[in-house]
Amino acid sequence: MKTITFPHGIHPPVYKEPTAEKRIETMAPPEKVFIPLHQHFGAPAEPLVKKGDEVYLGQIIGEAKALFSASVHASVSGKVLAVDGYNHPLGKPLLSVSIANDGQDRLFPDLQETKDAFSLSPDEIRQKVKEAGIVGLGGAAFPTTVKLSPPKGKTIDTIIINGCECEPILTSDYRLMLEYPEDILKGTELVRIATGAKRIIVGIEDNKKKAFGLLQEKIQDYTGEIVLLKTKYPQGAEKNLIYAALRREVPRGGLPFDVGVVVQNVGTVKAIWDAVSKGKPLYERALTVSGNGIKEPKNLLVRIGTTFQNVVDFCGGFEESVNILVMGGPMMGLSQWTSDVPVIKGTSGILAWTAPDPSIEYTCIRCGRCIDNCPMRLVPTQLMKYVRFDHLSEAENWGIQDCVECGCCQYTCPANIPLVHWIRLGKNQIMSSRRRKSA
Amino acid sequence: MEVLIPIITMGALSFLFSFGLVFAYKKLKVEEDPKIEEVSEMLPQANCGACGYSGCRAFAEAVVRGDAAANGCPVGGEEVANKVAEALGIKAGEVIKKVVRVLCRGTQDAAKNRGVYLGISTCYASHLIGGNKQCSYGCLSYGDCVRVCPFDALYMGEAGLPVVMEEKCTACGKCVDACPRNLLELHPISQEIFVFCHSLDRGPTARKVCKNACIACGICVRACPEAIVLENNLAKILDYKKIDPETIPDIEKCPTGAIGRLRKDDEG
Repeated sequence: MKTITFPHGIHPPVYKEPTAEKRIETMAPPEKVFIPLHQHFGAPAEPLVKKGDEVYLGQIIGEAKALFSASVHASVSGKVLAVDGYNHPLGKPLLSVSIANDGQDRLFPDLQETKDAFSLSPDEIRQKVKEAGIVGLGGAAFPTTVKLSPPKGKTIDTIIINGCECEPILTSDYRLMLEYPEDILKGTELVRIATGAKRIIVGIEDNKKKAFGLLQEKIQDYTGEIVLLKTKYPQGAEKNLIYAALRREVPRGGLPFDVGVVVQNVGTVKAIWDAVSKGKPLYERALTVSGNGIKEPKNLLVRIGTTFQNVVDFCGGFEESVNILVMGGPMMGLSQWTSDVPVIKGTSGILAWTAPDPSIEYTCIRCGRCIDNCPMRLVPTQLMKYVRFDHLSEAENWGIQDCVECGCCQYTCPANIPLVHWIRLGKNQIMSSRRRKSA
Repeated sequence: MEVLIPIITMGALSFLFSFGLVFAYKKLKVEEDPKIEEVSEMLPQANCGACGYSGCRAFAEAVVRGDAAANGCPVGGEEVANKVAEALGIKAGEVIKKVVRVLCRGTQDAAKNRGVYLGISTCYASHLIGGNKQCSYGCLSYGDCVRVCPFDALYMGEAGLPVVMEEKCTACGKCVDACPRNLLELHPISQEIFVFCHSLDRGPTARKVCKNACIACGICVRACPEAIVLENNLAKILDYKKIDPETIPDIEKCPTGAIGRLRKDDEG
């Protein structure tokens, strides 16, 4: 069968075997959860509870006040122990609500089911998605309400459902497609109603033929088509996926809105279906626990706020020699300082490795491999040099802000230069100097 | 004979171009205040930007225009300010010599590491992911300030903290901007007492992550309540001038050494 793809990109080994055929297990909620109020792209939610309060499962504990924000809900029922700074996967301690679990999982009484979800109006769907605090579950955690509300003057004609899971090792999206195909397609239908789009495309990489076959069968009852994409990293990056599926290019600095597209991850559309039809807020998510440092790799359904340590203990614990712990995929994930950090909405995986010491960095020999592989068609080596020697305005002229930090350049660099680290540093420095100027 | 041809052509050409040059010099001349050149030559020519202008030349133009004060160049200090004032016939104004101070005592022995940091060796990059030290306010020891100094006035000491060489420091302030944790501050050279800590953690936490952190015990405040206060779990000197020199020994009773006089190892 014909597969489609985007230009450039890399082919890392996928290592999905350890967990690909394992069903998503539900992990029992832990004794204590630590729920950060900042789990998404944008402004943190504002706390609605204080120390000593009793909360229900699914009760709103953090309210989204800003436009780019998402509400946060209790993932267990019990007593609030503290509203204070706690370790966060981003590295810095951030305001979190810690709750002692009473083990009863008393559901918040205000949560209501909707019998006929497809008859809701777009505004009602958006409202329910907003109340449920749904964000993009692919990893970037972009608030979903924003994606469902196209700005005035922009019409959405196509919805792309992202089932690529191009990150090596991760398999939770694949399992969701195999185990909840109906929910995913129903959620997609809701997104279609909310945005008023005509066309639905589900993109799946050709190493997930089983999921492709299953969804192909199920989609007969719905509108939409499924396309098979070539297995290539970063196929699942929004802009690359749009190009692969529709041959449309998102303009520089623009959003998929600008080309009339909304992209949603399969996990997100399932969460949208659960939120709209069952009234279930986003208080748990599927993730993959894997890597050679984990005794029993698994796919798990985990409550938000469970610490990585609890999750890994559930998977048999760490191997002794582990020295690297990552949240997310191996290409774009964030290294962690400690295993005492909570699972957040953007945690698509927990990976642990025993890795050798990093190899020595050599000087750039200008081989150009990073340029050949960059899916955004940038010149990573030049950007790195500009940031390194403090020529940030030049770096900006060379398009540093268009970098999606996929890591293809660093992966292929024969000189082991940490290109993405430098580029990220430069992007942050430019952003902070802009903030300083506007302040 | 052939050699004459190029000589004559080149000679004729140079004669022609010299007319052009003379014409340009006479007719296309831009009138400029000679004082700008004069002032510009007095300046240190470091082009560091500490005055707030894009370089020494731009500062000279501003002074001559009257937009900048004669003492606006922190690098030149008193000497340059007087010279500039004399040349322009204006008042120099008071010049207080300032130097930069590193207000953190989280040495390698005192402040604990969080883990093994494998990222690029800059403070900013480390700070973005929360920093390689357990203290989220202290020095990260990767020397962004040292690299940025145009006068080589800073070096990374053996204890893992940057050391300022007072005689080389011109108070240009580049290191102050470079520090992602804002640990460097400009102070008059005569000031002796500083709070060598920026930690806003509560006492027990601060103590756990760094032996030299301010634990907000309040001993210094009791010694000199007029000038020192506690704010967000950190001692703060409100007004240095109000500190009575006689209370300094009491202030230096600080159990962690977070407030007090400069030590020899701070100065290099």
